[in-house]
Order: sequence, then structure tokens, then C-alpha cells
Amino acid sequence: MVPSNSHQTPEGHGSFKSYTIGFFCSIILTLIPITVVMNDWLEGTWNSVVLMTAAVLQLMVQLLFFMHLREENKPRYNLISLVLGLVILLVIVAGSMWIMLYNMVAV
Amino acid sequence: MWEKIKEFASEFFVTGDPLIYGADVTIVLTLIAIVSGLTYFKKWKWLWREWLTTVDHKKIGIMYILAAFLMLFRGGVDALLMRAQLAMPELNFLPPDHYNQIFTTHGVIMILFMAMPFMFGLFNIMVPLQLGARDVAYPFLNSLSFWLFFSGAMLFNLSFVIGGSPDAGWLAYPPYSGTMYNPGVGQDFYIWGIQISGLGSLMTGINFLVTILKMRAPGMKLMKMPMFSWSVLSSCIAIIFSFPILTATLALLFLDRYAGAHFFTLDGGGNPMMYINLIWMWGHPEVYIIVLPAFGIFSEIVSTFSKKKLFGYKSMVWAMMIISVLSFLVWAHHFFTMGSGADVNAFFALTTMLIAIPTGVKVFNWLFTMFRGRITFETPMLWTIGFIPCFIVGGLTGVLLSVAPADFQFHNSYFLVAHFHQVIIGGVVFGYFAGLYYWWPKMFGFTLNERIGKWAFWFWNIGFYCCFMPQYVLGLMGMTRRVVTYSWDKGWWELNLVSTIGAVLMAIAFLFQVWQIVDGFKHQAKNRDTTGDPWNGRTLEWSIPSPAPVYNFAVLPNVSRQDEWWEQKQSAGAHQTIKQKLEPIHMPKNSGVPIVMSAFWFIAGFGFIFDWTGFIYTGLAGVVGCLLYHSFNYDTDYYIPVDEIERTEAAIRKVNI
Repeated sequence: MVPSNSHQTPEGHGSFKSYTIGFFCSIILTLIPITVVMNDWLEGTWNSVVLMTAAVLQLMVQLLFFMHLREENKPRYNLISLVLGLVILLVIVAGSMWIMLYNMVAV
Repeated sequence: MWEKIKEFASEFFVTGDPLIYGADVTIVLTLIAIVSGLTYFKKWKWLWREWLTTVDHKKIGIMYILAAFLMLFRGGVDALLMRAQLAMPELNFLPPDHYNQIFTTHGVIMILFMAMPFMFGLFNIMVPLQLGARDVAYPFLNSLSFWLFFSGAMLFNLSFVIGGSPDAGWLAYPPYSGTMYNPGVGQDFYIWGIQISGLGSLMTGINFLVTILKMRAPGMKLMKMPMFSWSVLSSCIAIIFSFPILTATLALLFLDRYAGAHFFTLDGGGNPMMYINLIWMWGHPEVYIIVLPAFGIFSEIVSTFSKKKLFGYKSMVWAMMIISVLSFLVWAHHFFTMGSGADVNAFFALTTMLIAIPTGVKVFNWLFTMFRGRITFETPMLWTIGFIPCFIVGGLTGVLLSVAPADFQFHNSYFLVAHFHQVIIGGVVFGYFAGLYYWWPKMFGFTLNERIGKWAFWFWNIGFYCCFMPQYVLGLMGMTRRVVTYSWDKGWWELNLVSTIGAVLMAIAFLFQVWQIVDGFKHQAKNRDTTGDPWNGRTLEWSIPSPAPVYNFAVLPNVSRQDEWWEQKQSAGAHQTIKQKLEPIHMPKNSGVPIVMSAFWFIAGFGFIFDWTGFIYTGLAGVVGCLLYHSFNYDTDYYIPVDEIERTEAAIRKVNI
């Protein structure tokens, strides 16, 4: 078992202030796409751009304010695995697009 | 009423095949025997307390390996049936649709329900002991992982007597695995069996990654860690990043089948090739996931039985880490013939060839470790020496396959079949057997009969070459994989017959192994391992008694160098028992939640397969109930008091003297 005293290590678990900021940021980032879609404000490419930007920002809010990515002690395993995860995500998306778009048979 | 029941049963159960009726009878008889045996000997309580609810990593590991052996038996029977059908031209032993089902279940079972649990079993048993830890990082999760795997495996295996087996190949390529061509429940068994056990695999990957990063004994820096633990780390990294791809891909396939989506259909804007692209993003890392731990096992064994430090420790670590990341960059070599053009094929051919470099580094490391060592040839070492040439040939034919233009000739031929069986049997299976023989005394506290073990080894090896070398030639002669039969004028029958004989030799080898284990249990009093270190080992697992007590280490060891236990034995103060102060040991409590929750997953999966909403809701509600119950259960751990540790240690020592 992981030693139960891991809670006493100096690794922070956020403050009231940071949780509040994170909470409001994530609420706002949820409201933006909902209002944009519900009111049909945007169409086509711009619609996707706004939705995706909001999604990526939302992900960063979650990581920074609730997953405490900044407050990790060295060695920063969480950061390392996040970076590796992003690299592999890039490989999956870009690789699939490359393979499928150059596909002479499927087109 | 009676008519309705009869009608339901004729669709629900698989009917019409004498082989399946035979299996039905065997399953029912075995179940009756097990249930009545347990009741007669009043063992139900013992089974529940000591095994089914255990969170002890050593016992979970043994259960994994037991399950893997059962699956090896089933997958092996599938293989023998296929080889029997192909032994002579134009045989009608298996009808084509049954043959399709058999090669599908053979592949799925051997990779996902034999190799994976065998690997997890070895992880479980050895990683905490090698690291000088008392358990894995999350013991409850560990038990849950095992039971999820078990539920998934049972669900998958049920398909051949209830509802019908999947028959779309081990990776279930659409459109054949879609509802248009496969309206039965077979493919749904495939999806849910793999999804449920996949959850368990992902959690095991996380569990061992955290265990290795956080639970090492004081002083054990990463670069002083035993090589097997390094290989587990690299394998876990690949698990964590690749299994979500599998889950997502199969979920999309499920939506296609269940909800009428069009991700991989031929119409409605779908593209079946996208499935092939996605599934191999998991499929390729998967083969490295299973082979990397085998490399780790060989590294441990080579060093122990050559009485030398492992040659090139650092290069070995780097090779493993590079392989585990590079394995994500090669997936398109499985479908060079799809038509993605020269640029794509050239890129993936090159990355594939690159992987041969770190793998070659490892082979040289093992050879140089043996060079001028005092080698002894016990069974674990025999398997290692058998592995090296076998894997080199398998790896080189892999490099041949990686040449994209040539692959248009080899693709889906028996050349490919021979290649991947050679790397997976010669690499993975030989590796896990080596590990099993090596660590057997540590698991059970007695040694196995070496003579029977050597018979098993030679039958496996000779049988292997006899079975698969002819298949390379057959592939070059034009025999494609998955053909159910062939005609006399092809000129393939002599080689096919030799191949079948090889398969039978391997089946005999398996019987030798079963005999060896039964014989071991029968004569265990005579062969007890009283030293805890029967092979003169190098790493920490050999510093404690065999089998290890429930808390593993009475006092956590202090590590200052590689091969700590070997170095301790070399220094003057070997075997000195420094009177260290014992402290109460913090341990996790057993829990019945994992097995109950997995049973609910099984029910939910069954409901999804047959689209029975009652089962789906019951199952999912049960899963949520178990989650809630465990979340509010604060009574999860206890302390072993000092006097109990003293008593246990004294008892072990008494046996040892």
C-alpha cells in the first residue's frame, strides 16, 4: 500500500482561492459553447474553432486548478506522463489523418 | 409454453456440432465435480477467504497464472483442431464457418486471455518482491483488475456454447464484423469480453507503474532496480497509452452494431479502414507489451545462471524505454497493402526497421553476459538459450516483412503466420515459461522435477520448429492464412503434415508441463526450498523465505547497489541477522467487492450482448452499488502486531533448520 502519510508531504492540495477561480473559469468555459450553440451565433468553421478552443482551455483549467499540475514535487511524473500522452495523442491524430487522407483506395 | 422454451433454447445454445455437444457435457461434468468437491470437503469458506477475496499480490498472481494455463489449454485445443483440419488436403473435419470461429477464438484467447494474464501473474508475484515492497500500490484495485479480467475471459469463452463464437478474425475487422455480415451475437461476445477484461488490464498497468515509481525499498534508485522491474515499467507505459485506444475503437464498433452508427460501415460516410488503422495503434504496442517483460525475465535469468552481472545494464534500460515509445510509431506496417501510398509506407517501414536496433542491443547484452560466465543449465536457463536463436530468426523475418514492397507478397500469407508465432511463442511464451520455472520455488516453496522439465523443454522446442518452419515455406509457396482447406494439386500437403506433427509435439510438451506440476505438488515435502534462494539469485526476492510470508519483508531492506542480495552474499557479513527493530506492519484487508462487482459487469455485458435490458440495468446498478459501498467503507486496512511477525518468522526459521 502507498504509505498513508503521503497526505502530510508538502505537496499542496490547492487553496480556497484557487478552487474558486478554477470553478468560475470552468463554469464560464462551459457556458460559452452552450450559448454559442443554443443561439446559433456561429456557423461552420468558426463554430468548431470556438468549441474546440473552449474544450482545450477547459482541459487546462482542470489540470491546473483541480489536478494540481503546478504544485507537483520533483520528479514530476505527472507532467512527464502528460507530455508523453500529448505526444501520443498527436501521433494518433496526425498519423491517422496522414494514413487515411493519402489512402488511394478509400477515397 | 414448452414449444417456446424449446425454440428459445435452440437459438440460445449452440447446436448441431458433435464437438460442441462434447464440450457441453464436459463443462457440466467439470462444474458438478468442482461444486460437489468443494461442498464435500467443506472448502467454500476457505476458498472465499483465502483466494476469492484476497488482495495479496502473490495469491492474485497465482490465480492469474492458473487462469492463463486454463486458457492456454483451450487456445491449444483450438490450434490442434486447426492443424488437424489442415493436415491433409480436402479434409472435411471442420466446416468453414466453424473453422473461422476456431481461428478467431484461438487468436483472441492466446493474446488477451493467455499471454496477458500470464504476464500480469508474473508482474504480481515478482515486482513487489524485487522492489522490496510489501504489496502493490493499490491492492484493492489489483484484485478488481484480476476479477474484471476473469469476467471478461469467462464471457468470451461462454460464446462457443451459448449464442455462437465470433468468427471475424482476432481483430474483428469490419465490414465483416458489422451487423450486415455478422448479425449474430458472436461479435458482441468479442466486444464485451475484451472491453471488460481491458478495463482490468488498464488498471493493472497504472497499478504497477505507481508501484515501481513510488514503492521501491529505501535506497533503490531507478538505475539500481532489477531489470525485470524495468521491463514491467516499460510495458506499463505502453499499456497505459495503448489500451484506451482499444477501448475507444471497440466502443465505436459496438455503437455501429448496437446503435446503428456508421463509423466503420461501408455506407453512411463510414470507413472500415479507419478501424484497421485504429485497432493496430493498440495492436502493435500490445505485442511489445507482452514481449518486453519476457526480455526482463531473460535478463534476470541470464545473469543469475551465468553468475555474472548483467552486461550493459544502462543500454538495456534505454533499449526497453525506446522500444516502448517507438512501438507507437509503427502500426501502419500491418496494412501496407491498404494503399496509403509510398510516403506513408516508407515512413512506417523505416520506423519498423529502427526497432530492430534496440532489440539487437539486447541480444548482444545477453550474449555478452553469458560470455566467460560459469553457466549452469537448469530449466530456466534452457528456455533462455532456446529463446535467443528462435527470437533472432523471428525478428529477422519481421524485418523482411517490414520491407513494404516485399510485404505485398508476404501479406496475409503463412509466412506472416510463421513470423508472428515465432516471435510470440519463441519470445513471449518461452519467456513466461522461463519466468515460471525460475520463480516457481518462490511462489510455492518447493522446486520442480528438472528431468520432466527438460523433456517439456525439448518437446516444445523441437515441436515448435517442426510446426512453424514449414509454414514459412508454405507462405512463399502461396498458401494464405485462414484458408480452411486446399487441394491436392497445390503441392502443400507434405509441409502441412509436418507442421501438424509439430503441433502435436507441442501438445505433448504441454502434457509434460502439467505432469511436472502435478509431480511437484505430490513430492513437495521432499523438494522443499528451505534456503529461499535455490538458484543462488541476485535480487531481493531471494533474500526472503519461500514462499514469502504475507507481509513479504519483516524489515524493509536497505538497498545501495545493483544486485543488492548478491553483493550482500559476497561481502564478509553475509547472512548476518542484524537485530533490527520490528515494527507493526500496515496491511490491506481482504475485500469481496472486486469479485461481486466483476460479476455485475459480467451480467451487464451479457445483457448488452443479447440486448436484454433487465440484465443491463441490474448489472450496471450493481456496479454503481459496489462503487458506492467501497467508497464509504473506511475499514480497509489493519496492522500486523510485532509479536505476530516474530511468531511467523520463528515458524519459518524452524522449518528452515
